[in-house]
Amino acid sequence: MSATAAIVGSGNIGTDLMYKLLRSKWIEPKWMIGIDPTSEGMKRAADAGLAVSVEGAAWLEQLPERPAIVFEATSAYVHRANAPLYERLGIHAIDLTPAAIGPYVIPPVNLAEHAERMNINMVTCGGQATIPIVHAVSRVVPVDYAEIVATVSSRSAGPGTRQNIDEFTRTTSGAVEKLGGARKGKAIIILNPADPPLIMRDTIYCSLPADADEQAIADSIRARVREVQDYVPGYRLTADPQFDEIGGRRRVAVFIEVEGAGDFLPPYAGNLDIMTAAATRVGEEVARRLAEKSGKTALNGASR
Amino acid sequence: MKRTDGLDVRITDTCLRDGSHAKRHAFTEDHVRSIVRALDAAGMPVIEVSHGDGLGGSSFNYGFSLTDERKLIAAAVSSAHRAKIAALMLPGLGTKDDIKAIRDLGVSIVRIATHCTEADIADQHFGLAREMGLETVGFLMMAHTIPPEKLAVQARIMADAGCQCVYVVDSAGALILEQVTDRVSALVAELGGDAETGFHGHENLSLSLANSICAARAGAVQIDGSTRRFGAGSGNTSCEAMAAVFEKLGIVTGLDVLAMIDAAEDVVRPAMDSECVLDRLALIMGYAGVYSSFLKHAYRAAERYQVSGASILLECGRQKLVGGQEDQIIQIAAHLARQGSTAPSR
Repeated sequence: MSATAAIVGSGNIGTDLMYKLLRSKWIEPKWMIGIDPTSEGMKRAADAGLAVSVEGAAWLEQLPERPAIVFEATSAYVHRANAPLYERLGIHAIDLTPAAIGPYVIPPVNLAEHAERMNINMVTCGGQATIPIVHAVSRVVPVDYAEIVATVSSRSAGPGTRQNIDEFTRTTSGAVEKLGGARKGKAIIILNPADPPLIMRDTIYCSLPADADEQAIADSIRARVREVQDYVPGYRLTADPQFDEIGGRRRVAVFIEVEGAGDFLPPYAGNLDIMTAAATRVGEEVARRLAEKSGKTALNGASR
Repeated sequence: MKRTDGLDVRITDTCLRDGSHAKRHAFTEDHVRSIVRALDAAGMPVIEVSHGDGLGGSSFNYGFSLTDERKLIAAAVSSAHRAKIAALMLPGLGTKDDIKAIRDLGVSIVRIATHCTEADIADQHFGLAREMGLETVGFLMMAHTIPPEKLAVQARIMADAGCQCVYVVDSAGALILEQVTDRVSALVAELGGDAETGFHGHENLSLSLANSICAARAGAVQIDGSTRRFGAGSGNTSCEAMAAVFEKLGIVTGLDVLAMIDAAEDVVRPAMDSECVLDRLALIMGYAGVYSSFLKHAYRAAERYQVSGASILLECGRQKLVGGQEDQIIQIAAHLARQGSTAPSR
């Protein structure tokens, strides 16, 4: 039996997420809460058979049946206001905003550890794309310093990102340390307006000890890329991991490209796709555990 | 917009920031003290000091600073009597915390740079800087990539956010004379009395001084240069040459021409590893429209991967890379090496 879900926020992220959830065997999206009933996202949600509302998250409270999971795709401000309600109603919140009330989750790194939590935060797009790699290196050798560079198409960076770009660098660099396992983290985001739009690119640099086993590190990175590909098919290395020495510091540079599935957002917007795909993966794990708890027969595996 | 300080054009020297690229970010406090003292004595009104890529630029991607830039900035502030000290920051790399930190160090002007189509990512930074009483300058980088009217729209976004002077920044040294005139004119017309207009040139097509004259004639009242052309690519507009030429044209800059010529020769040149020259790769940057600070990275990648630096830069231009995407140089070089196309010897 699948878990029911509501999506709060009918913008690019919320709408793209809806299509991924509609394909999931574990999650049944039934409600979409937005602001503008005439918006593209709200129209598409209605067309897909979801009940739509513009009455805010409080609308969920008076529903005869409440969702098991809510995906918040609004803003940090709105999620902070809504989070106590979800908690009171016993709804699992998966937060795609930078509010970070719950723990950061990057599926291949720490989903198993936090899947029982009532509020889970999805970090940032750059974090989802790069922290799996930092972690893949730090599980082999100590990483004193890791630095990530996320380049996204200007068209895929919405007003939320633009108005608060510091939040991206702060949140991502913090998570590079906390989840990636680097002692010190740094994050850089670049917007590129090229037309046709470029596919999201991420570069991950990790410092290495002098005696690091390059083969073991490269193998760990490749294994991790395959794990991410399991839920983000367009995630790939664009070059072999590059080992080098800069000013006496050994480092590996890893080059990633993230092509989106094109569900709602065009394929170049891999930055948004990796967020919705990772949130879907988290939601499926939450749903699977709920099904286990309710003692009902689980389905045969996740949607992909 | 007419200046109130009696100058027709206020020159900003950026050799301790743009020159950081050429120096591979290895300035010391001694370099900063001696250069600031000499430029200050020659009447330089503004001196910019930071990592080449702006505050927080010390990194694998751009190169680690030999000396913490905040120490360099503090050394500059304590060495200047008349000159204002400025620092550069790029949203997405630096943060508001960096702006607060430099204010505490005594910096008077923060220069906030975005790619020329992305001005709105700097809204909060301009707002904060003004709240803290800092003078603000906005950089629209790679200004050759969009037409004047679109550049003016972006300038308006910066001015509305609190920017007091918007610069046409020819990061690739790719603009040619009238192209500067047209862009500066468009900004002057758009901004009116709301903000000043500035120009920052590079020498990659051997036009930086000529372009700066065009900018001044079109109404730019702040213009950047680097003494001895100490900057990225083949360097910036020579401050000492600009001082001389503007004096002859009757454009008041407040600079002492002979003192500037001496500072360039006696103080700045000894701090440089080599002269900034218009060599093959620098010229290709201007020709292909590539961000000037890619130069040293392209040299390094060409050597590391035994491929042609020119091929790397041409590919950067083809891929329309913007400032900050130095990481892609490695990837491009690795691809070229794998293709084995231009390897001279392996």
